[in-house]
Amino acid sequence: MSKVSDAFKNGKAFIAFITCGDPDLETTGRAIEEAANNGADLIELGIPFSDPTAEGPVIQGANYRALAGGVTTDKIFDFASKLRKKVSIPFAVMTYANVVYSYGAERFCERCRECDISGLILPDVPFEEKDEFDSVCKKFGVDLISLIAPTSSQRVEVIAKSASGFIYVVSSLGVTGERKEINTDIRSIVDIIRKNTSVPCAVGFGISTPEQAKNMAEKADGVIVGSAIIRLLEKYGRKAPSYIGEYVKAMKDAIR
Amino acid sequence: MSNRNGRFGPYGGQYIPETLMNAVIELERAYNHYKGDPAFNEELTKLFNEYAGRPSLLYYAKKMTKDLGGAKIYLKREDLNHTGSHKINNVLGQALLAKKMGKTRLIAETGAGQHGVATATAAALLNMECVIFMGEEDTKRQALNVYRMKLLGAEVHPVKTGTATLKDAVSEAMREWTKRIADTHYCLGSVMGPHPFPTIVRDFQSVISKEIKQQILSVEGRLPDAVVACVGGGSNAIGSFYNFINDSSVRLIGCEAAGRGIDTFETAATINTGRSGIFHGMKSYFCQDSYGQIAPVYSISAGLDYPGVGPEHAYLHDIGRAEYVAITDEEAVNAFEYLSRTEGIIPAIESAHAVAYAMKEAKNMSKDKIMVITVSGRGDKDCASIARYRGEDINE
Repeated sequence: MSKVSDAFKNGKAFIAFITCGDPDLETTGRAIEEAANNGADLIELGIPFSDPTAEGPVIQGANYRALAGGVTTDKIFDFASKLRKKVSIPFAVMTYANVVYSYGAERFCERCRECDISGLILPDVPFEEKDEFDSVCKKFGVDLISLIAPTSSQRVEVIAKSASGFIYVVSSLGVTGERKEINTDIRSIVDIIRKNTSVPCAVGFGISTPEQAKNMAEKADGVIVGSAIIRLLEKYGRKAPSYIGEYVKAMKDAIR
Repeated sequence: MSNRNGRFGPYGGQYIPETLMNAVIELERAYNHYKGDPAFNEELTKLFNEYAGRPSLLYYAKKMTKDLGGAKIYLKREDLNHTGSHKINNVLGQALLAKKMGKTRLIAETGAGQHGVATATAAALLNMECVIFMGEEDTKRQALNVYRMKLLGAEVHPVKTGTATLKDAVSEAMREWTKRIADTHYCLGSVMGPHPFPTIVRDFQSVISKEIKQQILSVEGRLPDAVVACVGGGSNAIGSFYNFINDSSVRLIGCEAAGRGIDTFETAATINTGRSGIFHGMKSYFCQDSYGQIAPVYSISAGLDYPGVGPEHAYLHDIGRAEYVAITDEEAVNAFEYLSRTEGIIPAIESAHAVAYAMKEAKNMSKDKIMVITVSGRGDKDCASIARYRGEDINE
């Protein structure tokens, strides 16, 4: 059984997000293998949702393509369990509350444990609504990942204190997607987190270039990249995995 | 009826990104402060009475009563409000609150365009910037309202993602709010979304049932036997029900849009066909597939074309306090034409869903019974699409 925290044992962590089934699960599988072989420390498996309200246009597009291609929660769990035989780095699922609620949180977390998925990220479940899901996650050894945003201010402390796995630090306001500049004072947010927990923190939202990754990794324990990877899938389709491998290598090299 | 974190039984809550949490907490604090503030309420009442034209009439529909041959029918005329619907009640309240909070910009979603027009109106009146998100499909169905919003100084942003209708407009308005929070208030148009919106919007809309109660007591000397309103997100319905919830003798009936029928996939009747889920900030009933993917819904009415319903309605349904019935496009269009010819009142196609139920139910009630139907809006905006439905093409 892998642990989310294992992702942070290999220096600064590089976390890759991929929407499962965009354009098909076979391509997703090869993309994940390439990412893992080229230095990714954790894979966020995106289960697509019809109305991904926290996503920018790039990841929204991946969600629509994947659903149009016919993936379902069950197909993704079957896929993840087969992929486990080839890839050993930790997996976390990233999806929306209704996907888990509709499947049944209990059954969802049980399947996570069966597939050795050790983390769950739900961007529409803030601290106030966390218990409903976390009580079930804990039962099955799945870390429900807490998010902290630039607007969290006095909430940082209480969120950090109850966090497990890692803390997802949202770099900027708005939705997911590449940004030219990140102006949030990440360092002071991380300082407050460090005073309240030893759980590692990774920064996501808007990171696409090795320079940005290096800069963010200096302030935190890892970086999360989604849209830049999805863009390669959007551009190269089934041929994307090798490009994703090259990209992940460049990003991981930049933060080593 | 709502407790901490805005729960109505198991429904409601705050299922939103962390980025927005402080914004809704700030809103809740401001609302709790101002709702009991005499100066705020005086200012709002003044706007209601002198700007929006409240109180709205409670009209005895004599011809309709006689024709249907059963219960005595009264129409609550929200269609006579400034901007042509009940939406102005909530918008004036929220815009005033936003102004007190120091916000300078309003954003809102709209389906039929009624809420967008009301928000653009309040923004013009209170000197605020205004951006409206509207599904691209709806901008085509309701071109006149798009023009009205622009005329009022608002920017209209057509939403092309997903099904390009109301739910996508809500998603896009939520995304915009996460981008720009400091100066912006999201003026949500229905009793939905994360707490405190379902409570705030209900409170501002509850003026409808407050007036109905006073008016019916003064003309009939007793409470009505039934109150009927259409339900999309459910703001005019909760506004019409709220002050009667504790009067158990009053039946509360919400009319959902069945579209082409609740046995088809082309429906928007959430309580009749959906199940419990979490979406757009709340736990409630939603039309969805077996994996929780939100279903594309359909109704002839752009204002009821939404896959969810407000959490308080979900609760009122579960505890059996309110009934939720489904009305098809065909029944609603018949009612649209019926009320126009019988009483000389052209209702919004949304409101026509409530009229349609009354047409079926009134005759089952004896002549000493009283039924109040809320006419949530006027139907000028719908004339072109109803003409099209009947095979007649007219230029708007």
